[in-house]
Amino acid sequence: MAKTIEEINAKIRSGKAVVFTAEEIIEVVKDIGIKKAAREVDVVTTGTFSPMCSSGAFFNVKQPKEKMKLGGGFATLNGVPAYAGLAAADIYVGATAIPDGDPRNSNGRPGRYRYGGAHVIEDLVAGKKILLKGGSYGTDCYPLKTREQLVGLDDMNDAFLFNPRNCYQNYNVAVNLSDKPIYTYMGKLKPKLGNAYYCSAGQLSPLFNDPYFRTIGIGTRVFFSGAEGYVAWPGTQHNPDAPRLENGTPKTPGGTVALIGDMRQMSTEWLRAVSFTGYGVTLSVAVGVPIPIIDEDMLRSVSVTDAQLKAPVVDYSEFYPTGQGEAKLGEVTYKELKSGSIHIKDQDVPTGSFSSYALARKVAHHLKQLIQEGDFLLTQFQAPLPGAAIGKETSQ
Amino acid sequence: MKQMKLVLIFPETIVEEPITYHLISDYGIRVNILRASIDPGKQGRMVVELSGEEIPLSQGLNYLERVGVQVTPLAQEIRHLEDRCASCTSCVPHCPTQALDVDRESWKVSFDPEKCIVCLSCLETCIYQAMSVEERFV
Repeated sequence: MAKTIEEINAKIRSGKAVVFTAEEIIEVVKDIGIKKAAREVDVVTTGTFSPMCSSGAFFNVKQPKEKMKLGGGFATLNGVPAYAGLAAADIYVGATAIPDGDPRNSNGRPGRYRYGGAHVIEDLVAGKKILLKGGSYGTDCYPLKTREQLVGLDDMNDAFLFNPRNCYQNYNVAVNLSDKPIYTYMGKLKPKLGNAYYCSAGQLSPLFNDPYFRTIGIGTRVFFSGAEGYVAWPGTQHNPDAPRLENGTPKTPGGTVALIGDMRQMSTEWLRAVSFTGYGVTLSVAVGVPIPIIDEDMLRSVSVTDAQLKAPVVDYSEFYPTGQGEAKLGEVTYKELKSGSIHIKDQDVPTGSFSSYALARKVAHHLKQLIQEGDFLLTQFQAPLPGAAIGKETSQ
Repeated sequence: MKQMKLVLIFPETIVEEPITYHLISDYGIRVNILRASIDPGKQGRMVVELSGEEIPLSQGLNYLERVGVQVTPLAQEIRHLEDRCASCTSCVPHCPTQALDVDRESWKVSFDPEKCIVCLSCLETCIYQAMSVEERFV
């Protein structure tokens, strides 16, 4: 009874597609079982809203009358350095870039990092103007040597996010075994297992719901911070060989995707700059991936629950930064993580998350609504992600 | 019996005045110090919970104002900017009084100013800069 993407899209166009979120489908399967649900459900929507590993934006800035070559020179946006080594008017600002004058972690005090590349991106998406400063050496064809101008998205020919690594399929749970507090990209970790942080939407997270990348590949259209975005490439550090549970989901950080999308379609409802004390700046984005229910195996994958997903507990005081010390602190389920407390080394450790489950849910519901209203069609990917199990039997 | 949480700001001129002693011995007020930072020669501040009968309490407050301590209700000091909050829950394990907590059905984070003791740990841990504080506390 396999369904094709074309058949599902025909139902979406006629407004008859049956769509559930990856959270709702769990109840549907409880009620009517896998077989019947696989026949009746066309699409399951996933969602996540979280700081993501690696993000940034490309801009092509409109030239002034007397033209200038930024390539080989420099450019800053509200003081945040952008990469200018591309062409005359193309620049890239990475989410974690910070102004030269930022105090960082100087004087042994954890920095606050209140403004960086992610804030530039958020400001532009919010419709604000930012100060572009450029300097270059001047050529016969590009004589202008300095430039200082307030620019908004209207002053760009192009502005798109191009995030080399998003949507990590699972992530570490961070703890601190040492006797002093530490400031990490996984937050402030109190000494002696004082708290634990995780960062995944668990049962709503896109790649947890398609563990073998059977439907998510290069060219897959996704909801991306308000825009229609696309999977551009496997994400950096994509690892399809991570050890897996019987249900196919990885037990450690596994697959990733590189995403691309037009900033002009984005909104700050779905995109936010974040500042990690003592660590730096990065960007939270919203990603929703629709999963076509092509067969029973696919439905089985999307009905995975937090109780069936596990993450490794990692010490960020020694093992993560240096590779020394205690490597195996155990595994916990997302159900345990979301209960507010996990048990490690005979200790109850309170948990917190950086991934917002409330907003992940909102993303999945929003995408569901777009599909139900015929405003979002599914795509057949153009090439699989490395390690994808296309056409293979994946059920145990 | 009445209870109130207050922030007491001391100008440097009276930082060595034994204020809590006077509140306790002269007015019979119960003083629970929730947080204090007083550097000699500089401005100090103290977050306290005062409890006592209505009349001695108001007399105690008069005393504080008379000696030059600035008294503000605690709830006004820390604010939860809901439009910036993403309900990620990163603040929750650091909040010592569960003033910041999450409803595990809706997954919305909420802030109860009554429970807040202005420890400021949320300012350090909130990645969205969704917690704000009156400038003099930063």
